Order: sequence, then structure tokens, then C-alpha cells
Amino acid sequence: MRIGALVRNADLAHDAEFARSYPAVAEALLSGASAQLRNAATVGGNLMQRTRCAYFYDAGSACNRRWPGAGCDALKGENRLHAVLGWSEGCIATHPSDFCVPLVAFDAVVEIEGKGGRRELPLEALHRLPGETPERETALERGDLIVALRLPTEAKDFARHARYIKVRERTSYAFAVVSAAAAFRIEGGKIREARLALGGVAAKPWRAREAEQVLAGARPDPAVYREAARAALAAAKPSGDNAFKIELAQRIVARALTLAARGTPDRIPALPGSPFSSVAGA
Amino acid sequence: MTVELSLTRDPAHIRHGSNIGQPMTRTDGVLKVTGKARYAADNHPAGMVYAVIATSCIARGRVTSLDVAAAKRYPGVIDVMTPAHKPELAEDPDAKGNPFAFRMELLQSDEVRYANQAIAVVIAETLEAATEGAALLSPRYQVEIARVGLDAGEAYAPPVVGIGNPAEVRHGDIDAGMAAATKLTDATYETPAQYHNAMEPHAIVAVWDGDRLFIDTPSQGMGFAQMRVAGLFGIPPANIHINSPFLGGGFGSKGLISGPQVLGIMAAKLIGRPVKLVLRRGQMYGPVGHRPPTRQRIRIGTDDAGVLAVINHEARVTTSSFDDFYEPAADASHTLYASPAIRTAHEAVRVDTGTPLFMRAPGEATGSIVLESAIDEAAFACGIDPLEFRLKNYAEVEPTTGKPFSSKALRQCYARAAERFGWAGRPLQPRQMRDENGFLVGWGMGTATFPAIMFQGNARAVIRADGNGVMETGAHDMGQGAWTALAQISADSLGLDFDQLTFRSGSSDLPDAGIAGGSGHTATVGAAIHNAGAAVIAKLAELATTDERSPLFGAGNAGVVARGGRLHRRDDDARSESYVEILARAGLAEVDASGSGAADAAAQSQYAMHAHGAVFAEVKVDPELGQIRATRLVGAFAAGRIINPLMVQSQLRGGMIWGLSFALHEEAVMDHRSGRILNANLAEYHVPVNADVPPMEVITVDEHDPHVNPLGIKGVGEIGITGSAGAVANAVFHATGIRVRNFPIKIEEIVMGLG
Ligand SMILES: Cc1cc2nc3c(=O)[nH]c(=O)nc-3n(C[C@H](O)[C@H](O)[C@H](O)COP(=O)(O)OP(=O)(O)OC[C@H]3O[C@@H](n4cnc5c(N)ncnc54)[C@H](O)[C@@H]3O)c2cc1C
Ligand code: SF4
Repeated sequence: MRIGALVRNADLAHDAEFARSYPAVAEALLSGASAQLRNAATVGGNLMQRTRCAYFYDAGSACNRRWPGAGCDALKGENRLHAVLGWSEGCIATHPSDFCVPLVAFDAVVEIEGKGGRRELPLEALHRLPGETPERETALERGDLIVALRLPTEAKDFARHARYIKVRERTSYAFAVVSAAAAFRIEGGKIREARLALGGVAAKPWRAREAEQVLAGARPDPAVYREAARAALAAAKPSGDNAFKIELAQRIVARALTLAARGTPDRIPALPGSPFSSVAGA
Repeated sequence: MTVELSLTRDPAHIRHGSNIGQPMTRTDGVLKVTGKARYAADNHPAGMVYAVIATSCIARGRVTSLDVAAAKRYPGVIDVMTPAHKPELAEDPDAKGNPFAFRMELLQSDEVRYANQAIAVVIAETLEAATEGAALLSPRYQVEIARVGLDAGEAYAPPVVGIGNPAEVRHGDIDAGMAAATKLTDATYETPAQYHNAMEPHAIVAVWDGDRLFIDTPSQGMGFAQMRVAGLFGIPPANIHINSPFLGGGFGSKGLISGPQVLGIMAAKLIGRPVKLVLRRGQMYGPVGHRPPTRQRIRIGTDDAGVLAVINHEARVTTSSFDDFYEPAADASHTLYASPAIRTAHEAVRVDTGTPLFMRAPGEATGSIVLESAIDEAAFACGIDPLEFRLKNYAEVEPTTGKPFSSKALRQCYARAAERFGWAGRPLQPRQMRDENGFLVGWGMGTATFPAIMFQGNARAVIRADGNGVMETGAHDMGQGAWTALAQISADSLGLDFDQLTFRSGSSDLPDAGIAGGSGHTATVGAAIHNAGAAVIAKLAELATTDERSPLFGAGNAGVVARGGRLHRRDDDARSESYVEILARAGLAEVDASGSGAADAAAQSQYAMHAHGAVFAEVKVDPELGQIRATRLVGAFAAGRIINPLMVQSQLRGGMIWGLSFALHEEAVMDHRSGRILNANLAEYHVPVNADVPPMEVITVDEHDPHVNPLGIKGVGEIGITGSAGAVANAVFHATGIRVRNFPIKIEEIVMGLG
């Protein structure tokens, strides 16, 4: 499926064909921001939104992303929601998008129009980890424009077992503390293939391939989910007052896997992505 | 239904109840939902230009340079107001004339006292040009190390807390209480800085005409604002005309005119044109007050049976480096529980923030969540149900003063709310209940209380020859429904049907109605209206009963009663005369009279006057992920006479949502090095959204209070927060077994605590 970069978040999530084919992506979209924002926000804009790190926005603070070499005031500042994976001393920010999390799990591809013509890039390669150059947030060059997003047909094979779960500090209209997209192809009671990605943990939507390996071929059960969760967070370390996010991320992974195995709900819950979405009337 | 009420004060002529007590919808509702209600910033007088404040991004130091030339070069920029270029003021903005005069930054120097302080004002033909001009000022600073947080400096005992309350209160023998206690709860809690965040930002449209000043600005206290502005500009208060028909919320932040509003007036004076100045959301985190952070240690001692021996409640609060406002947090422990020994004490630390100010239930909110949580801890320590514990320690008289209560239907509140909630059978131990989806379920409760305060207010009543009436009072509608509730009181006070009344309000040209704060506006202005109405009816009665041609002749002034635009003989209802007839015969175009309302000092010295309530909360907690959701809130409140049940319900609901917000969401996050607020926006300064607000039920318990004021009104604007915040926090403990003592309760505490 090819989606134009200017398609609104709300239009995409409410497109029946799209929601049927990629329910976890639709759920992730609807778990983001507010109805008003989703009505205005575009596909390209959501992919390219900047970090919510408060120091990035506070012109009085040192921020390597804004001003290379200035330092990072988040490092010893208010950082309970900052990254636990893939961060560097130069920058500990996270990428805030919900949409990108299942997209990266499903091998989405972005089409880019640039000076040298059109090219494409796996979404996984769009956002960069900070390393020594936190100011280089994405693989886009000056003059590049994202014109479309593509989801491979194979991703539809996960439609019956796909969920997005997002823990946040209020029930709606808040960025993820940590989130996870999980999906399975289950055949003969066994996991043929698993997809797993995390949000709110790193400067990019975080594909957890090691965890996918753990799950592939296994029977879906809590022990293997826990093992997969450990694998997904094996490389995690706190960047500040956020050690809890490592624990929380593991629990969210286990939850997302549990819910994905249970099966995609017939309808996107009224509280998309919420841990409370299973509550009647939620 | 018309009921004659026994009123404490004389006016024998009025029966309240034709309009009072009716659930009338807002008279300004249609205006509001159709966008026709004109808020301050909706005004565009001819020739108006825009002013935008440039704010400091350091919290302490000096501004060493501003690129005024760059700003002025920008097309459309008219002028830049700076400490070096501004109109003269007649009064030092740092002068402290009265306890309600707080220091403000009006560009009197290059000193920076807190982040987001105004350091210049750019005036331009368009908002965009002024905004760009402000950005072009590129200030440079001499930075000093900011003092941030409750440990920023040496703590000291403030002279007073709140408005004139003693910083320390002792009742009984604390040491003896501690010695007698066999069970002691000793807990230290912290509450965060919070900002009012009214939907409508502070805004002003200022127009000078010689030495007369016309301003449109949201105000909870036009009289105070007039006085302050008059002093600053050296003009008589009567020359200042404030128009403030609607506020998009105030919550205390619009009680006193703020620095930025005065800067708008200065800008208009500087350039001699009408000016509009509106704060941006982020700019509201500094100059317009906030609820300061607190650290509260509370010790509650009981005997084995759970009978209180002592409450020792100590609070540390922050205030600004340059002014004095002390959140009276510990005072919450004065009135609720019958302890033989009670001590409340405050200490303060100076930090580099704007001065904290009254924020909806100042002191009561911060203190209540701690007291109610600690009471829950004490009950748990004794193995007693929290409701039973509270009933065991029910205060029959105000504990710290020994005064009887003017009225107190708290027992009924407990009973009604507990019954509605289904509290009976709640397991004492936490983490016992699960729902069908496996979520942890917890039930908690809290007691609500708020003092019945009155200020000073006035009203003027007129009965015209056509039989219609007018009531005028410069009252303030913050959204709470003053336009409606005060008009209901007015109609009854004039003995008229609602549609025979013209109610005028929201302007400083009308009689000063005092301040809309302390939950005392309806009581204060209601009393003024009641007295003005009574006085004008007395004049009519005088005309009729002394005139031989009137069927009421000889009835005596007190022998008639007003109803439906007529005076009736008390002893013979059939003998009556209309206002129209009375005035026509007297050859008068109208009669008028004034009335005022204020607390009755004699009654106050005799009685403790408080509204009360009980709130019960249910929360659900995800047992692994730790996310919390409130699922039910039931509150019962006894707050004297209910003027308009619809308005009262929405005040109480709104308050309860604030309580929920206090427990679970709200916090201004400040960088501990720079003193800058990191979440000065509504995306990251969390208040509950619709999905966070559970099904709520609000019960009002009848309470007749013959002592508080002529109408028996206690306030309802703030009490809803108290009790609710603690109820939610206690429900979280009951669900999880985790006692979080730092508010708001954060997910990490639950996730790590759940194990
Ligand atoms: C209060 C608030 C809450 C929010 N909560 C959430 C949330 O919970 N979850 C979530 O996922 N998101 C959240 N968002 C983010 C929201 O989804 C984004 O703001 C939105 O997706 C941006 O879309 P836009 O089209 O408006 O992009 P813009 O704001 O116009 O652009 C964003 C950035 O992307 C660049 N850009 C836009 N389109 C392209 C393109 N085609 N090619 C290259 N670059 C491009 C722009 O130059 C800009 O730098 C929130 C936003 C706000 C303001
Ligand atoms: S974490 Fe990154 S974005 Fe935040 S201040 Fe540091 S460098 Fe800037």
C-alpha cells in the first residue's frame, strides 16, 4: 500500500481498508495526540516530528541537537522520560511518534524526492541514533522531501495478531512513556514470524529483532514473552532518572505480545493503545 | 414553589424561593455557545495596535543589553518599551500598600527575578510584527545562579501565611499528645508547583482618553484593580473604567491585576493609541501567580482504638525572592478532626520564581491531600475503616477554637456519599480487589472542607414606574455562573419574576462587588443584593402604607410582603397593590436603594463557619504497567443554601476534577539548575482530559445556616478539590498497597512498587 505524505493522520487511521490491513498501525495513529491534531497532522509530518525533549525547545538551554557542540542539558536535568536504548552522551532524546513504531515493525519504506531525483529508504534507516552527531536526526539531506510511505503486502499477513500498546501519563492526549507494537503470524499453534518494535525508548522507533528471533518458532506463552522482552531490552541502560523505563518496557513488550497473540480486536478500541482498552466501555 | 425563609436579618418584605433554588441554565449560555460573548481580547477599538512582551529566559540576574534597534527596524514595529523608555509611574510597583498589593515587574529596572519575567514590550501594527520584534531583541544577561526548589536556601518562619493567618497555631499540649499516642503515623509528603492555566490567557485592551482610562480585561476583582492602577498612574480610581463581563476562568490568577496587564496600559500611554496585550500560554508561567511546591511532615498520633491524641502538621513552602505569599498548607488541619492537641506550622524558602498566589483552594488543596492521605495512613495503622476512623474523630466543635459550627452536615455527607458509592464491605487491606479484566481496584475517601468567607460588596436596586426592576453590581462571572445565580437572587430580592429584571454586572462603573475569590462571591454579593432589594421594597412599602388611597394603607411597613411585582398585606393576601400603581400615584419615575454585604463580625466571633463534604473514589491500576485510571467519583457536599443547583453541580464537579488532577497529573517541572519551567504548555503540563474523568456523582446535602449570612450561603467554588485529591490518592494505595507521598503519583512509583 502506498500512502501519500500529505494524507492526514485521521483520514488514514479511519480508512476501512487500511485499518483492516494494518490494524496495529491504525491503532497507533489513533493513540497519538488528540482528534484535532490528528485531523491536521500529515503522514510526512508525523514521521518527521522532532523530539519532545524540553531542553530542545528551551532556547536558554544547551542542546547538541540544536547547536552542535553546545552540550546536552538533559543529561543531568529532567530526564525521567528520556532514552534507554541507543543514546549517547551527546543526546539522550527519544523520537515521540506512535505511528512510526508499528511502521518500522512492518518494514515500511519511505519514498524521497531530492536533488538527485527519487529514492527510497527503509523507515528503519530514516531516523538516526545520535552518536557523535545528534544534530543529524534523519537520513534526509537538504532539499529532500518525503513524498510517500509504502507498507509491504506481507505486512497484511499479521493483521489477525497485531496490537499497539502505549503507556502514558494520562488516558489520552499524551506522548508515550513507553510503547510497543507486536504482531504475529501464527500457524499450527506456533509463532511462524513475530514483529516487535518499541516507542519512547530511543531516538528512533526501535525494532527489536533479537526479540523476534526468540519468538520465531516458539509456542505463544508468557515465558517466551518474558524472554523476548529481556532480549529486546538487553542493551538498555538508563540515561538519567529513567531506569524504570527499562522495566516498564519489558512489561509492555510482554503485554503487547500477549494481546497480539490473543488476536486483533474486531474494532479498534475506543481508547486506542491504552492498557485500559480491554475494559468494557473504554 | 415559593417558600418563605426565616432570615436572620430584618427584611420582612422578601420571600426567597421563586427564583432562588431553581436549576436555571446560564443566561449567558447562548451568547457563549454562539461565540457572541465578548471576552477582553475580542475587543478591537479603532486605531488599536498590538503589544507583545519579551520575557527573560534566565531566572536570576540582569539584562545587560537589548537590540532595540533591530526590533524597531522590523516593518510594523512602532516602539519598544524598556526600562530606559517607558511612561513615568506615580508609584513604585514594588511598594507594598496593603496585604493585597503584590510587587510587579513594570520595567522598573534591568533586574531579572524569575524566568518568563517581562523585560521589554514591543508595540506594533500587527501581532506578527510585535512578536517578531520581541524575538529580535536578542537579550544578553548577566546570569546569577538560580535558587530552585524546597531546599534552595535557609528556611525561615514567615510572619503570616495566606492573608494574615498566624504561621504557627498550637492547640492543646502537643508533647502530652505525642506521649499519649500508642500509634504514630509520621509521614513526609511533597506537592508540586502548579499553574492556574485558565483557558483564557490574561489579556487587556487599554484606551486612554486624557486622564481617563478604559480597559477591557478579565478581572476577579475590579475594585482592587482600579485602586492599583489608580495608584500606579496617579489618577483617581473613578477615572478608570474596567469592563469585564466574562472571564475564561481565573482560579485566583485574575484576582489581582498582574504586571503584564499593567504593561498593556503603559504601552497605550507610551504611544498614545489603544493597545491590546495578550499573554501567550508559556508566558503565564511566571508573572500571574502559581501554587507553590510544598513539603509537609505530618504526625498523627492515636490510641489503639484510633482516637486522635495529636496532629502535628508542618509545611515548608516556597515563595519568591522579592515578595511574600505563603501557602497556608498546614492550616487544613485546623478544623476537621477532633484532636485534643493540634499544631500547625509553616516555614518558607525563597526561590527565583514569580510570587506564588492564591490558586483555587490555596492552602486547602495542598494541605487537604496530605491530611487526608495521612488520616488514611493512621486509620490503616489502627486497622480501622477510614470512614469509621473519621467518624470516631468527628469534630463537634471547631477543634482549634472550640467554637460551635454555624452548621455542619458532614455526617450526612459521609452517609449519603458512602451509600451511593457502596463503600460498605470494603476490605481493609490493600490490593484485595480485582475487576473482571484483572485490573487492581482500589477505593479511597477524603473529607472536604472550605471556610465560608465573605468580602465586602455592594449593589444598587431600582424599581421603575413600569414595574420592572434593575439590579446593578460590579460582580465577576468567571464562568461559575454569576450572571445567572446573582440575577436569581436579584429577582427574589425585588419580588419580581425573572423576566421583569434587568441585571447589570461586569463593569467597574457599577457598585463595587468586591473580589470573586475565597468561594465568597455569591455569599457577599448575594447579601448586598438582598439588602439592596429589601431597602428598595421598604421604600415602596413606605409609599403605599402611608398613603390613604392605597389598599395597603395602615398595614405598617413590616406588614407587607413583595411578590410578583406587587406588595401584599401580610394579614390579608387578597389586599395588594402593584409597584406600577404605587409609583404612579406617588408620581415617581423610579425608586432606588443601595445595599451592601459583608461578614457579620459578631456571628463570626461566635461560630466556626465552613462548608463540608465527603468524596469517595475508585481507581483501577494495571497490575504490571502501573497506569492508573480513576473510574468513579462520588461526592456529597453541605454548603448552605444552593442558589442554583446546576451551577453548583458544575462547580463541585470541576473542583473534584481538579482534585483528581492534583493526585494524578498536575505538575510544573522546573529545571533545578536554570529555574526555567520545562513544560509551560498544555501538551506537557497535564490536566485530566475527558478520558481521565470518570463517571461522577455530586450530591448536595441540605443545610440551613442561619448564621453565615442573610441567605445562608456557603461557597462551593473551591471545596470540590479538597477531599477529592486525597480520596484518589488513597484509592491508589488501596488498589496497590503502595503509598506514594510525592504528588502527582507517577507511573515509576507504581511500576517499581508493584514488583
Ligand atoms: C500537543 C501535541 C501532542 C501530540 N501527541 C502526539 C502523540 O501522542 N503521538 C504522536 O505520534 N504524535 C503526537 N503529536 C505529534 C503530531 O502527530 C505531529 O505534530 C504531527 O504529526 C505533525 O504533522 P504535520 O503534518 O503538522 O507536520 P508539521 O508540523 O508541518 O511538520 C513537522 C516536521 O516535519 C517536516 N515535514 C513535514 N512534512 C514533511 C515531508 N513530507 N518531508 C519531509 N519533511 C517533512 C517539517 O518540516 C517539520 O520539521 C503531538 C503533537 C502535539 C502538538
Ligand atoms: S537530549 Fe538531545 S535534544 Fe535533549 S537537550 Fe540533549 S541534545 Fe538536546
